[in-house]
Order: sequence, then structure tokens, then C-alpha cells
Amino acid sequence: MTVNTEVLKPPPTEVGVLGWLKKNLFGTWYDTLLTIASVVFITVTLRGVLVWALRSAEWGVVRTNIKVFMVGRYPYDEIWRVWASVGMFVVMTAVTLIVWRREIPRIRRAVTIAWIAILVLTIILLKGFGDVPLIPSVPISIWSGLLLTLALGVVGIVASFPIGIVLALGRRSSLPVVKVFCTMYIEVIRGVPLISVLFMSMLMIPLFLPPSLRLDNVLRAMVGMTLFSAAYVAENVRGGLQAIPQGQYEAGRAVGLNEAFVMVLIVLPQALRAMIPAIVGQFISLYKDTSLVVIVGLLDLLGIAKAVTGQQQWIGLQKEVYAFAGIIYFVTCYAMSYASRRLEKQLGVGER
Amino acid sequence: MERERHETSDPEDMIICRDVHKWFGDFHVLRGVNLTLKKGEVVVICGPSGSGKSTLIRTINRLEEHQQGDIIVDGIELTHDIRNVHAIRKEIGMVFQHFNLFPHLTALQNVTLAPIYVRRWSKDKAEEVARALLTRVGIPEQADKYPGQLSGGQQQRVAIARALAMQPKIMFFDEPTSALDPEMIKEVLDVMIELAKGGMTMIVVTHEMGFAREVSHRIIFFDEGNVVEEAPPATFFTNCKEPRTKLFLSQILSA
Repeated sequence: MTVNTEVLKPPPTEVGVLGWLKKNLFGTWYDTLLTIASVVFITVTLRGVLVWALRSAEWGVVRTNIKVFMVGRYPYDEIWRVWASVGMFVVMTAVTLIVWRREIPRIRRAVTIAWIAILVLTIILLKGFGDVPLIPSVPISIWSGLLLTLALGVVGIVASFPIGIVLALGRRSSLPVVKVFCTMYIEVIRGVPLISVLFMSMLMIPLFLPPSLRLDNVLRAMVGMTLFSAAYVAENVRGGLQAIPQGQYEAGRAVGLNEAFVMVLIVLPQALRAMIPAIVGQFISLYKDTSLVVIVGLLDLLGIAKAVTGQQQWIGLQKEVYAFAGIIYFVTCYAMSYASRRLEKQLGVGER
Repeated sequence: MERERHETSDPEDMIICRDVHKWFGDFHVLRGVNLTLKKGEVVVICGPSGSGKSTLIRTINRLEEHQQGDIIVDGIELTHDIRNVHAIRKEIGMVFQHFNLFPHLTALQNVTLAPIYVRRWSKDKAEEVARALLTRVGIPEQADKYPGQLSGGQQQRVAIARALAMQPKIMFFDEPTSALDPEMIKEVLDVMIELAKGGMTMIVVTHEMGFAREVSHRIIFFDEGNVVEEAPPATFFTNCKEPRTKLFLSQILSA
């Protein structure tokens, strides 16, 4: 008897688009019903939104006020500095995406240093100095709109990460004073809403500083956001540290490494990888929470949005303005989420 | 580096345990252990699970703390002084039952980590020594693989290389083959036999009596927190005195 070993193509309704549709959307009778109901629901809702967006919406309000949305009260003549910063970021991102793939440590180190340099440069460029000809001073209190949201978000995220790690290590410390302090800090901050932390930082920071040093409102808000986020990052990090098997700590100690090296070389690299979803989630939350600063008198993206809807000629156009603000938030948050997924994949999270 | 050298110790004594007691909370796990290990000696510790044999060797390199008694390793007394602890840990290489390799590093990096950061060797020197050790344990070609890509026997051999990289004077093995599939046990035991025949001072906690018979100078039967019997292999298997030892031997040798 001859055995048929001829290689055949699979039947068309089992693979490809048709196959996927058949399996996932029309598999059983209730699947089919659900599919039809969903399609109807989506069409009706989307149609309503799209009709509004393309026909009756007055996008003029966004077009006219785009500068205010983006940079708030930043002087018109200095906007080239914002464009320059954006340009630098775009170039750095492109370079990073291309170069990071080759796993050459020297290049990666150079790229990381370049990012830090760009960040510092951007701050200097945007803020400027007193009467320096090209870059006169634009005090941070004038920054508003998306610029302020990004500034608060970036500073909050970048500063709260190392502080959070230190707090997590402190909470696990065997030194009682350190442990009690860190635990109390984390629990107190986690027990109050962000708004109250912002109010506290607005009112109380001047009390801690010498009278000659007057900290700007925006800087006080940045401090408040950083301290708040650090407590949450600390708990995420602590969770990650607990997930590392005791054997890793023991192997590190047995081979002669001191506690600091065990933490930095062995435990943290493994723990941080596992914590990326939780920590990035915290950062995305923080970024959106910057919208609360309107309550302490700062004009971030949403604050500006609210102000724009109060303008004489554009009264009553909340839908357009807030939809636009929503889209901006979505774009940034999705970008962070995407970057986090790429980072996870590249670090091999989930594969040991 | 300054370390306290015990005045009365004989330089040939690698490990001295005197009346060592340890409690886990209320549980008295080590009950007055007295043990001496001389340079070049290979000692096998066997006994039922829960007897405290793993705890004993983990106490000697301070992975656990003892509450009473003296432990002196190569003339250094094990105290709360962290410098003593670090000095002792440098002299003892440890191989664990579950390997405990660092999963985010390659086999080569696992081996070079400690020499670079503790003994402050250059990367090149560390890698040279590491490759030589990986060859010695029989897996030079796995140097750039991650632990997740290696079999159990290969992982344990990397763990042995990692312990040897620090050029320790004493090697501890805590049930090194208990987590391995039978066909991989031999490859690890062969490495350990070669080490023993080369003159390394070793304490091996294991149930592998074939290994004990072949290379050990002394076998210790450990039960209920203390040494019950110790004898060279020639007499241990044939002429053991204690009834508990006889019972234990009958249980494991029949398997």
C-alpha cells in the first residue's frame, strides 16, 4: 500500500483572512449573533462621532489656538526654541531606534549619555538665561499648555524612579531608622490624594527653604509630583524584589559579593525587568495626573483647554477642545505604552 | 586586609566548629556540632532530610547565623564583623542544589562576575580564567549561552566553574545532584571526583554513596542536629556502630 506523502495546500476557508473570520467571528451561532450586534453598535456610534467630527464640529477653535494649546504663554518670538527641542527629540529617537538594535555596549552607552545631554540642553534652551542675546530668559512660570504638561511629566517620571528605588531598598533595610522612615513615607503618601500632596507642596515647601530662595510655583508642583510618584514606584520595585528567589541573593553572597553588589549586579537587573509593566503604568498615570495642577493655579494642557472654551468667539465649543486635548493625551500615553512593550521585548521579559 | 587570626589554630585546620548551636525561632536545628576539616580532606555528610546538614554548611559561610559556639575558617573567626564574613566567603566556594545561576548573564559572565567585582581582576584575565574553567568542567562551547538554554547538568557544571573562579580554598556542595535527572548526575559527579583527586578541600552534603566511597576521606552521618557517627568509607559502610546509622544506610543503599 502506498502512503500519500504529497504536499497539499490547506483548504482556503481554514487559513488566511477567511479562515480567521470563520474561526474567531463566526465560529458558533452565538458568536455570529455577537459579531452582528457588535458591528451594528460600532457603526452607529462611530457614524455619530465621525459625522460630528467631519461636518458640524468647529475645528477653527483648535486651529486658531494651536499655539496656546502647545506652549501656552511662551513668547511668540522664542517659539523657535521649542521647535529646536522637538527637532532634537525626533532626531534622537530616530537614531536610537536604528542604533539600539546592534547590541554594542559602547554605542548604547553613548546613546544613553546623548539622551541625558539632550534633556539638559532642552531645559537650558527653553528656559534661557537673563539677557543672553539668543536665549533670553523665559521663566518657568510662563511655561504652560502641553509644554508644561510634558515638563511636569518628564521631571516627575525621571526624578521619581531613582527615589522610588532608594525608598524600596530602604524599606527592606535591616537598619530600623531607615526602615521606619521609608515605610512611613510610603504609607503616608499613598494614603492621601495627589491633590492634597500638591497643595501641601505649594504651601509648605517655602517653609522648609531659607527665605532668600523662592521656589517657583511650577517647581513646587514638580517636587510634589515627584514625591508622590516615588512612593508608588517604591512599592512596585519592592514587589519586584520580593519576586526574586532567595537563591539568587544567596548565590551572590556565597560568591563573595557585598550586599550592594548583590543588589546592583544580580537582583535589580532581574527585578526591574519584571516590573516594567507596573512601573510604566505608574508613569502613564502620573503623566495624566499632571492635569490636576490646574487646581493650584498652573495652566497645563487641560487648564488651557478650559481657558480657551471661555473665549468670546469660541464659547460653547467644549466638545472640540476637549476631544483635541484627549487626542493629545492619547498619543503621548500610547507612545509610552508602545515604548514599554518594545523595551520588554528587547529585554526578553517573560522568557528566562 | 586586617583579619583576626585565631592564635591557637593549626594552619592545616581549614574549618573548626566548636559546640555550634543554632535555632530557627524555637526549633533547635544545630545541637552542639563539633567538626574539624583539614586541608585536602574530602568529607561527605549524609543523613535524613531535616537533620540540619545543609543548615550546617550554610552556617559556616554565614548564609545562616549561628547563635552559640565558635566557627573558625582558615584561621578567621566567624563573628558579626562583616569583614570576617567577607574574608571567609572568599575562601569558600559554594555549589547549590538548585544551581542558582544568574539568569540574566551568560555562562561566561556568571563565572567572571565575582572575580571582576570582588578580586578586582581585569575583564581579560577573568575571561581567560573563566574559559579555562569551563573547559575543565567540560563545556567550553556553552560559554555564551544563557542558563535557560542549558541542561541541568550543564548548569550545575557552570555553577561549579563559577565557584572555582574565585580560587577558593574550600568547596561546599549542598546536594549538588539532587535536582538532576539520572543521566546528568554522572557528568557532575565526574567533575567533583576530579576536583577531589586534585587535592581540593571539600565538604559534600549528598546521598551519592558511590561518590563517597570513591573519593571521600571521611563520611559523617548527621541526624537531629548533630554528628552521630564519622568514619572513613572503608569502615563506615561495613562496620558502623550506631543503630541510627545502620537504619539510614539500609534505607538508602537498598534504593
